[in-house]
Amino acid sequence: MEEINDNQGIAGQARNDDNEKTLYTITIFSENMVGLLNQVTIIFTRRGLNIETLSVSPSAIEGIHKFTITAFSERDDIEKIVKQIDKRVDIVKAYYNTDEDLVFQEIALYKVSTQKLLSLDSIEGIVRRYNARILDMTEVWVILEKTGHYDETQALFKELSEKIGVLQFIRSGRVAITKSKVERLSDMLAAMEEKLNRKPTIHNY
Amino acid sequence: MKEINDMQGMAGQARHDKSAMGHTLKGTGADHDKFKMKGAQSLIEALLHEGVDTIFGYPGGQAIPIYDALYDYKDKLNHILVRHEQGATHAAQGYARVSGKVGVTLVTSGPGVANTITGIADAMMDSTPIVVIAGQVPSNLLGTDAFQEVDVIGVTLPISKWAYQVRHAEEIPWAVARAFYIASTGRPGPVVLDIAKNAQVGIVDYRPVSIDHIRSYIPVPDMEPERIAEAAQLIDAAQKPLALVGQGVILGNAEKELLDFLRKADIPAASTVLGLSALPSDEPLNVGMLGMHGNVAPNLKTNECDVLIAIGIRFDDRVTGDLNSYAKQAKIIHFDVDPAEIDKNVKVDIPILGNAKETLAAVVKLLKENKHTAWRDEFKAPWEKEIQVVINKELHPGTGPLTMGEVVHKVSEATGHDAVLVTDVGQNQMMGVRYFQFKQTRSVVTSGGLGTMGYGLPAAIGAKFGAPERTVCLFTGDGGLQMTIQELGTIMQSNVDVKIILLNNDYLGMVRQWQELFWQERYSETLMQNPDFIKIAAAYNIPGRLVSEREELDEAIREMLETKGPYLLEAKVVRKGMVYPMVPAGSAVTNIILG
Repeated sequence: MEEINDNQGIAGQARNDDNEKTLYTITIFSENMVGLLNQVTIIFTRRGLNIETLSVSPSAIEGIHKFTITAFSERDDIEKIVKQIDKRVDIVKAYYNTDEDLVFQEIALYKVSTQKLLSLDSIEGIVRRYNARILDMTEVWVILEKTGHYDETQALFKELSEKIGVLQFIRSGRVAITKSKVERLSDMLAAMEEKLNRKPTIHNY
Repeated sequence: MKEINDMQGMAGQARHDKSAMGHTLKGTGADHDKFKMKGAQSLIEALLHEGVDTIFGYPGGQAIPIYDALYDYKDKLNHILVRHEQGATHAAQGYARVSGKVGVTLVTSGPGVANTITGIADAMMDSTPIVVIAGQVPSNLLGTDAFQEVDVIGVTLPISKWAYQVRHAEEIPWAVARAFYIASTGRPGPVVLDIAKNAQVGIVDYRPVSIDHIRSYIPVPDMEPERIAEAAQLIDAAQKPLALVGQGVILGNAEKELLDFLRKADIPAASTVLGLSALPSDEPLNVGMLGMHGNVAPNLKTNECDVLIAIGIRFDDRVTGDLNSYAKQAKIIHFDVDPAEIDKNVKVDIPILGNAKETLAAVVKLLKENKHTAWRDEFKAPWEKEIQVVINKELHPGTGPLTMGEVVHKVSEATGHDAVLVTDVGQNQMMGVRYFQFKQTRSVVTSGGLGTMGYGLPAAIGAKFGAPERTVCLFTGDGGLQMTIQELGTIMQSNVDVKIILLNNDYLGMVRQWQELFWQERYSETLMQNPDFIKIAAAYNIPGRLVSEREELDEAIREMLETKGPYLLEAKVVRKGMVYPMVPAGSAVTNIILG
């Protein structure tokens, strides 16, 4: 198995180019319909914005999916993009945050050679320092897992690849929770319910 | 504050109650309301339930079941057979623009629906409510590169308000109800329904479905009373207010509210191209048209007013020119139904979300009566200048070849300024919107945002069906006419009373104009060798007349208007005519070339 030597990678390159821009986290709640992801990504495509990370999963509200997207951008652009996403019929709600508003994590998995890992002075040292854990191992390989911010998962990658090499590496998209107490969506849904109940009659088209 | 667990409850309910998906089943539920029928027939029933009476379409392999169902509804549903699917979408647009109803297009899969792309994109740009219904290969063949399969949803998502693939017959009534609801509410737009063949032939128990909400969709945002009050205050204090009128006024049926607003506060108003006819041409507060080929006065005054009140406009670059010098001195109030338009191109001081009909009325209530006589007088000088330097020359040239403007002007006069103006794109369009005059709303059908050459002829057909009692005058060019000239066949077959005025200069005139002004007169590929258009019309049994002499023009226009049914009036106009005034692309609205 070949090792991954270039720990910067393409993502690292893109990050350097976007130094002056801010990393925004866009949260989107949508109906679970075919083509929804496409509806979201075409809006980034139109404005020529790279998606840095993407994570999609069912939300706490049944039938509604939650997207977490990060992208480097300027505030003005991200605001327009979010409005255009929010405008799509099947999107329930979209908003954006900066890192200060959020608690967020990414998860990374590292496959390294068992033999090389054992050659390290202290496996415990690495695991302890990075708060990583061992998920699985065979005679040939060990899989480490670490959750954290990009810089943290990247730091472990860097150390491992410098010292023993990394056979395989994967990092998830960001998942994030706002520091406010409630998901904003719940307010919106409640308001909508109220509005509908206020309606005297349903008119026919 | 609610916690997450509470929301779970709501979701659980949603699962069982289809109304949470915007799905309201109507009807009595009695057995006699249920009809077993094919999906294709349920589609027709659903269209009738939406009040559809006219469809523009073209059959093909994967739409045969729908066309077969249509065969039994000939007395209820008027299907207009076009000659190319692009024409079907533009016709639906023309129909929608004049009638305010949803235009409907029916086509087959693959090339059929691919040909509708231009019309869908056009309707998206111009907020025109149309529903494009396309046949699709059977579900089991989707994704296999089947004969005449194209990824309709993938292709149309970026250029439509909503696109949905129907794979089961039972979905059809729901999908149709949703499509019409989405197309026609809020900021209108095109919706695409891609109906797989198996859904067309599957058997359903048809019950009419009506939709009055979709939980993920807020067509009209709530009005914010504080903003309304702020706006009224600002307008009351304004010394030099200027209103900009966009199509949002027409789409929101807010013409009366607009007039009340303008009159109460004595505010001069200018229109975008698509906002034309919201105000009558002879309204004293109407100070003309904005933009690249708009009138001098409102363009100049945009950069002199103290409060700019934009109503249902989207600050298109053809209206604003250079944004960095656009109305920088003014406080800006923006009325719009679409939150995504706020601050998109121009940063505004007071956004007013909502339907213009309601928001304008709310502002009017708070406004003081006002007079801005001195400010309104300031518009006179630039108007006089434009009349002297540009308009008189164009409308009353005296000698030399016919000008485009004089033809438009004479036709407008001959129709009592009360006809529907349809244009193609380019010089014919700009001359049309500059010199045609309007008495009633919904009198302009033109491709404003996308600038689609070939739009005119099919859009005029649709406009005639949308407003059968009105005279429909199409101004087109020799280039644009030939892009969809096959629709003369539609006019022949359905005997559509469209007055076609061809302003023929044997050039792609607007591009030629740019080449003359900005590209050192290098007329690259803009000269056209044209056919005998009168003969072509004659081949379609459409009477026509070629006019090149000024003396003949009045008589020819009279003949055209007196002829029952379609007519082609070809005017040989000045070959290198220019549309002035002109604000060069990307320059300040005050940087106006007068010729």
